[in-house]
Order: sequence, then structure tokens, then C-alpha cells
Amino acid sequence: MNKKYKEPLFHMVKRDTISQKEAWRIRIIAFILSLVVGGLMILTLGHNPFKVYQAMVVGAWGSKTVIYETIKIATPLLITAIGISFAFKMRFWNIGGEGQILVGAVAAGYFGLYTAHIFPKVPLVFLMLVSGMLAGGLYAVLPAICKAKWGTNETLFTLMLNYIALAFVKYLMNGPWKAKGSSYPKIGMLAKGARLHKVLGVHWGWILALVIVVISYIYFSKTKHGYEISVVGESNDTARYAGISVKKVFIRTMFISGALCGLVGMLQFAGADYTITEGTAGGIGFTAITVAWLAKMNPYAMLVVSVFIAMLERGANTIQTNFKIPASAADLLIGIILFFMLGCEFFTTYRLIFREKEEQHASYIK
Amino acid sequence: MLHTLNSLFIAAVLAGTPLLLGALGEILTEKSGNLNLGVEGMMFMGAITGLAGSYYYEQAVGTPNGVVSAFIALVVSFLAGSIGALIYSFLTITLRANQNVTGLTLTIFGTGFGNFLGEYIGQKTGGYVAVGEKTKEAFSSVHIPFLSDIPVVGKLLFQYNWMVYFAIALAIVMTWFLKKSRVGLNLRAVGEDPATADAAGINIRRYKYFATLIGGGICGIGGMYMSMVTTSGVWVHNCVSGYGWLAVALVIFATWSPARGILVAIVFGGLTIMRMYINIKGIPAQIYDMLPYVATIIVLVMTSMRQSKEHAQPKSCGTNYFREER
Repeated sequence: MNKKYKEPLFHMVKRDTISQKEAWRIRIIAFILSLVVGGLMILTLGHNPFKVYQAMVVGAWGSKTVIYETIKIATPLLITAIGISFAFKMRFWNIGGEGQILVGAVAAGYFGLYTAHIFPKVPLVFLMLVSGMLAGGLYAVLPAICKAKWGTNETLFTLMLNYIALAFVKYLMNGPWKAKGSSYPKIGMLAKGARLHKVLGVHWGWILALVIVVISYIYFSKTKHGYEISVVGESNDTARYAGISVKKVFIRTMFISGALCGLVGMLQFAGADYTITEGTAGGIGFTAITVAWLAKMNPYAMLVVSVFIAMLERGANTIQTNFKIPASAADLLIGIILFFMLGCEFFTTYRLIFREKEEQHASYIK
Repeated sequence: MLHTLNSLFIAAVLAGTPLLLGALGEILTEKSGNLNLGVEGMMFMGAITGLAGSYYYEQAVGTPNGVVSAFIALVVSFLAGSIGALIYSFLTITLRANQNVTGLTLTIFGTGFGNFLGEYIGQKTGGYVAVGEKTKEAFSSVHIPFLSDIPVVGKLLFQYNWMVYFAIALAIVMTWFLKKSRVGLNLRAVGEDPATADAAGINIRRYKYFATLIGGGICGIGGMYMSMVTTSGVWVHNCVSGYGWLAVALVIFATWSPARGILVAIVFGGLTIMRMYINIKGIPAQIYDMLPYVATIIVLVMTSMRQSKEHAQPKSCGTNYFREER
């Protein structure tokens, strides 16, 4: 007797091409599904999901004050995401955004806290900006050099650097930079005169962020450097064959990546918090990775995604006060949405073919 | 001085155990070629569910039994960690999503999950969640007749809570499993070179799923240690904070060997609490916190410089395996 081979219920086939429209349809369905799952979660807590979602949106866009808050959250997220996408485009997994933000803040903090009485505002801000970017960039170059020279795993290296930077900030808080007269460890505040100007209610970092969106888009798609990044990302060997120095691209691009994260540290210090704490980076470096990935490394898409994530984070505060739902629900919801968006990309590249009925098979044979 | 060293050692073992559990889970996961950066998230999931499991068990029965309660915490936290790992596995193995991004998302999700549930249950019970005396007793140090009474040695080796021995036993079993058992060798083949393993007839998917799920469960148990032992059965907001990442560092420092993990866990555990025991003039406490990470980077760079194959991350780690795209 022949052992009958049973065809699996479905198998996957790579799609040839998919129209943008079709891809977006899949993404929108996934997004709605994630909101449904989040809604079910809210329902089990005994709240009306529509009302909770509505409160989140209103909590993020309902009044001038909250809009400022939302933009204040979105700005660092956007710049960090762009910074990280520089590295990710060449498949260099920089998950050290947190650390690069912190060292950027510390470098800017040095000038902000200790030279504010020497320099006038404009050169001081310039100094903070440059030092923050330089520190972040150099901190990111370290793993790039090791990767270029010995192939050291950059994922784990950059990850470890986060915690070294964090411990260093804690050290500064407890020791050398401890605010005078403070009973618990904290770093002093930036003098009022040195703080960043506000434009339309939020420090000018948001304008800078928009400029960076445009510049990075041009850099990626129109310049030789941008082209080299994508070739290296495609394959290191191809790049070498084409005469591109992979080492050079690694180091140069990681410097830019880290410098943008360092810039975020400077903006957080001089524009948002006016001091440095262990929460200055506060998970931005990690969330930004998911922003960059969801946006498929496209700077304009990153703008949209980061504003959306900022809305969720800001809106979570509102649902905490209105519905007594703990604010950590934002992380939970962000996680669920991201899971769905990550999963749905599969269906834009593959399609499922279900097992056909037996009779049809028979008819083929005839 | 000797007395201080003794108590430092004991504290180091206690602080190192959750790190060891997290690292063991991650070693098993990485051996299958999955770099799951969601350790922190899975530990959070295990931490809150284990605590909640014991808590609701105590509420359900009038006179709770400590051993049953501890057992429930163990099982529930394992399951919670596996569920986190299941999401990860489904996305990366079946749906082929990027491992780094999925792992980080799992950390965001798990952290939210833990803190959210902790606060939520706390709200419901009016204040905070804490387990009762019986459960606490089950997680306090054991007294082994005779052995625990040996002077000094008894104190140093035979008076920890049961989870310490559980973690060490697990590390030993895993060493045997990865080195001697057929399944373990197959698993390593999958992690090193999935295409070859596939050609040899090993079911790649099944190995990846099982290793990641069980690994995630072990991470979950490590998280449960944080909420049951470290904070003695009370939910503390953000209680895992950073321990999951330290466990990832431990994996590197132990160069993917469970047995070496035991020693490294004690060293790492020691470094996290050393500032409370030893004060070296001129070295501030926060610098101690840096040491595990600095040491890890040194190991990472050294192994890459020597191109060591044995002491390195499984080769396929971080990349998904598509049979069609070999």
C-alpha cells in the first residue's frame, strides 16, 4: 500500500511584487487588529475601549499644553530613530542609543553647568551642541572600530555601553556633580539664561528634528555616502568588491549615528529637563529602534511613527488619571501594536497557499 | 575581615541567582540561533505572574501550604516566560521578523506587562500585593540537617533558599545536556549552522521553538526570584530593572557555557552588592556597577580578536533561517 503523502494545510510562497496599496492594506489591517486586541484588554479591565482610546487621543492633542508635551516626547524619539537608522541601514545593530544619549547629555552638561558664567548664550549653546554630538559620536565609534577590525559583535557591545554610561551618570549624581546643598544625589539645574529658546511653546529641538528628517533623507537617497551605506547593508563582500572600504563606512556612519543620539542628550538636557538624571535617556534609545524599524528606515515615516508613539505615551497619563488604568498600560499597548506590525510585514513579502481539495487534484491528473 | 568576606560571598550568591537563571534561559535560546533580547521583558512577566499566582492561591484557600504556593509560583512564572518567548518565536521563526527588534519589543511589552499588572492588582487589593507568611517561609533559607550545622562551610554552602540550588542544578543539567545528549548536540548544530543541520534531517523549526520556549520559561523563573526572594514577596515597581540585561552580559562573560555561568553569576552578583560590604577609598560605589559591563566588553573583544570558535556566540545567532533562501 502506498503511504499517502499529506500536503500541509498551507505553504508559503514569496510574492513577486506587491503594490504599495496592497502592502498598506495589510499594514492597516494589522494595526486595526492590534487596537482590537488592546481593546479586549481594556474591556477585561472593565472599561469601554472606545472611551479609553478617545481619552488617549484627547490627552495627547486636546489642548495646547498637552500638544507641547506630546511634541516634547516625539522630538527626541524622532532624532534618535533617525540616528539609529544610519547604523541599521548598513545592518550594524546599534542598540546603544541609550548610552550615546547619556554621554551626549553629560558632555553638554559639562559646559552647561560649569561654563555658563563664562560664555554668552549663543556660543554656549553651540558649545553644548558640538560637545554633545562629539561625545555621542565617539562613544559609538568604539564598537565600530572593534567590529571593523576584529568583527566584534556590535549588538552586545553597544548594549553593554548603555549600562556603563548609566553607571557613570549615577556616579556624577552622587559625587563630583552633586548639586550643592542637596541631601539626595542629583545634578544641579542649568542656569535659566542658558536654556534653549522656545518656538511655539516647545524648545527649538523640534525644528532641528524636522530639518534632520529632510537632510537625512537626502543623505540616504542622493549622496555617495548614502549609497555606500546601502551597499554595505546589502552585503559586505559586494561592497568590498565594488571598492568601498567597509571599515571606513562603518566608522563614519556610526559616528553620525552616535552624534545624532548625543544631540538628543544635549536637547534633553538644555531644552527639556535642564538637568541630567538616570532617566535622561529613559528608554528612548530602545523605543527609537522600533520606530526606525516600523518606518522601514524612511525618515518621513519615522516622523509619523514617532509622533504616534509619543501620543500613546502622553495619552497613557490621561487614562491613568481618568480611568485609574496604570500608565504602564502604554508600554503594554505599544508592545502589542509593535508585535502586530512586525508580524504583518511577513504577509507583504509572502503569501499563503492553502491546501486544495482532493477532487481538484484528481481533475488535474486527468 | 573574614566575617565580611563570608557575608559578601553569601550575598553574592543570593544576588547572582536570578542572573544565573536569566543567563541559563538565554544560553539555551541562543544555542538554537535565536538572539532573544527580551530577557528583561520575560523576567518581568515571570516576576509578576509568579507573585500573583502565589497570592491568588493564598486567597483561594484558607490555610495555604508554603510548598504548594512555591510550586505554583514556579510553574506560573515558567509559563509566563514561555508565553513571552512564544510571541518572540512565532514572530521570528514563523513570520521571519528581525530578531533584535522583536526582542526589544518583547522587553518593552514585558516591562509594561509586569508593571501594569503589579499596579493593577495592587489597586484591586488596596495598596500593594504581598504574599503571606507561609509563602515567604517557603522562599527563605533552608535548613538541611547536619550539613547546615557544619561551622562556616554550612553557612557558606548549605543554607540558601531552594531556588539557589535549583539554579545550580539546572546549570549542571544543561551542561550535560549541551555536551553529551544527542538532542543537545543537535540543538548546537542548529545554532551553529542551520543549513547543515537541516540537511542532516534535524527539524530546525521544532528545535528553535522548543529551545526558545523553555529558555524563556527559565528567564521567567529568574524573574520570579526577583519578586519572591529579592523583594521578599512584595511587588516593587520596576523590580527587575536592568537585571535582564545583566543576564545577557553574563551569557557573554560565561562564553555560552552554563557551568562557567555559575561562577560568573557569583562574581556578577558580588559586584552588584559589593559596595555595601567593601569600601575601597577612591573607588566610588557606582564604579563597581560598571565593572560587570566593562568586563563583558573585554571578553567580547578578546574572543573576537582570537577568533575563538568555541568561546563565541553560536554562529547563526541573530539571523533567521529560511530554507528557501539558502
